[in-house]
Amino acid sequence: MSRIFETPLYPYQRSADQDAADPVRHPVIIVGAGPVGLAAAIDLAQRDVPVVVIDENDKVSFGSRAICFSKRTLEILDRLGVDPALTEMGVTWNAGRVFFDEREVYNFNLLPETGHKRPAFINLQQYHFEKFLVDRCRQLQSQGKPLEIRGNSKVSALRQQVGFVSLDVETPDGPYTLEADWLLACDGANSPIRRMMGLDFVGRVFEDNFLIADVVMEADFPTERWFWFDPPFNRGQSALLHKQPDGVWRIDLQLGWDIDREREKLPENVIPRLKAMLGDDVKFELEWVSIYTFQCRRMEKFRYDHVIFAGDSAHQVSPFGARGANSGLQDVDNLGWKLKAVIDGLADAALLDTYDAERVLGADENILNSTRSTDFITPKSEMSRILRNAVLDLAEKHEFARPLVNSGRLSVPCVYHGSPLNGPDEGDFPSRTRPGSPAVDAPIPGGWLLDTLDGGFHLLAINVNNAEPIEEAGFHVRVLELKSAGAGAIGERYLGNEKTAIYLIRPDQHVVARWREYSEKAIRRALRRALGNDLHGDVA
Amino acid sequence: MSKLVLKPNLSRADDFYAALLAEHETLTRDESDAYNARLLLVLANHVGDPDILAQALAAARK
Ligand SMILES: Cc1cc2nc3c(=O)[nH]c(=O)nc-3n(C[C@H](O)[C@H](O)[C@H](O)COP(=O)(O)OP(=O)(O)OC[C@H]3O[C@@H](n4cnc5c(N)ncnc54)[C@H](O)[C@@H]3O)c2cc1C
Repeated sequence: MSRIFETPLYPYQRSADQDAADPVRHPVIIVGAGPVGLAAAIDLAQRDVPVVVIDENDKVSFGSRAICFSKRTLEILDRLGVDPALTEMGVTWNAGRVFFDEREVYNFNLLPETGHKRPAFINLQQYHFEKFLVDRCRQLQSQGKPLEIRGNSKVSALRQQVGFVSLDVETPDGPYTLEADWLLACDGANSPIRRMMGLDFVGRVFEDNFLIADVVMEADFPTERWFWFDPPFNRGQSALLHKQPDGVWRIDLQLGWDIDREREKLPENVIPRLKAMLGDDVKFELEWVSIYTFQCRRMEKFRYDHVIFAGDSAHQVSPFGARGANSGLQDVDNLGWKLKAVIDGLADAALLDTYDAERVLGADENILNSTRSTDFITPKSEMSRILRNAVLDLAEKHEFARPLVNSGRLSVPCVYHGSPLNGPDEGDFPSRTRPGSPAVDAPIPGGWLLDTLDGGFHLLAINVNNAEPIEEAGFHVRVLELKSAGAGAIGERYLGNEKTAIYLIRPDQHVVARWREYSEKAIRRALRRALGNDLHGDVA
Repeated sequence: MSKLVLKPNLSRADDFYAALLAEHETLTRDESDAYNARLLLVLANHVGDPDILAQALAAARK
């Protein structure tokens, strides 16, 4: 049986562009059909922006790589119309155990808050995730949406022109040239586009190697995240065991710095390591093995004129905390509506600089968290190891030390605090829904709040009955009226100490502004601000 | 901002110091390092206040 990541999903097909006398110009070309490029293509095509995705490959991610997808990612996928079977296929988990040496030092339950459509996290192989995105692309195509994926097509050169980009693409039939008004570089951590443009990718390399293995086994380990520090089967190093669908388990084994990577990858070296961990009597089969050195780094800026970087090409983190693909999806969420507004002439291109400002903030938060986790897992000095082990020893007996144990701070969406797009915050409202925050889901009559915030601007009117839909700057603001007696999810998440509330919410479901009362004038002002109209005042 | 106490504050200074040395008496160098690290974390948690802790980190610098 061939595995999903070995099956061509978007095989090469000759395009009419290859026979055109002059290079064909496209509104948007996306380089890279990883999770980020595919999600960007879906978002834009859904908004009727024609997109061409170009990938040097024709398959989903080889092996799994990402396994842990966050609630925010699942919410974004819902907005993108991706089949909800994806969440159902994933393994939902809340519990974890931390071991030190031979002892369990503590266990935890994330105790997810109720009143959300989506769970805090699911585990799902990256290849399944990408396959669901490809399926959604195909569905959009069948509905006549302007989306094309060109497989086995490698971008080999890029030239920035005034107001557009020109690129050379290599195919099995030879090279051709294309032009794009906008180019999204979603070409991964080693981004050839970044290199062609001579741009830096600065940060830290962690001097360590991790063996990442996906094994298929019949095992009755519970659906929990198990993390070991200095276990007997991997002395002086760490290990992780986590469940994925289809009887596949993710195993990470820290190997240290001075190793022979090629040798360590050989099955005859991997299998004894796994046996030592799992016990001799557990039968397993290796699905995929790789060795990684992790880095935390980002580009200085994510937008360079008509070239925009998103996902791993723009920022890279170590996987502890699952902040890679999850943050890439937030990039897409942030960029889609802005690019559409600019292409439609409804906003100035300066709006795209707020993609840069907001997502650089997100990247820095992710880099900070991933760096701290990696420093805890891979202590970089003798004293940092002593302190780390002290935390683990204390955690076994004393609750106070447990929050210091850091085997990954799991991905949460960035709050764009201080963004020049944010408007007023007038009232004693809950902090979690302040301007810049992603709207928090809640059950509402007939469904879920986030499902109703479907890609446009919305007004959430709670206990307010004079709110009217607004047309402004080419945008249509829909009104969602809700009642709340104060208790319950809407009251707790959106009213706080107030009796009434008006929230203006962006197309990416982030809160722009909130007030106690409806004022058409204030809302029009905030909307224009959210479209970048005030930027000249803020960005000197 | 609360202020870190840098005036004498140990009610029985000599007793505390002796007790600290006694803890280390039977420990190897590695065990002592580990003990000091645990003690530091226990005390830091008791203090809690990040302003005080920041002042303490600075005061310990030479
Ligand atoms: C071991 C491991 C575990 C991880 N775990 C998690 C996790 O649990 N959760 C999480 O969120 N993230 C995780 N990540 C990170 C996640 O895999 C990445 O963040 C994610 O794949 C980035 O997606 P992307 O679309 O930006 O880039 P990629 O997935 O790298 O895709 C880039 C695409 O660009 C194409 N391309 C490259 N060059 C060219 C060219 N010249 N022309 C045309 N096409 C080109 C490639 O073929 C590829 O398809 C993990 C990573 C690793 C390595």
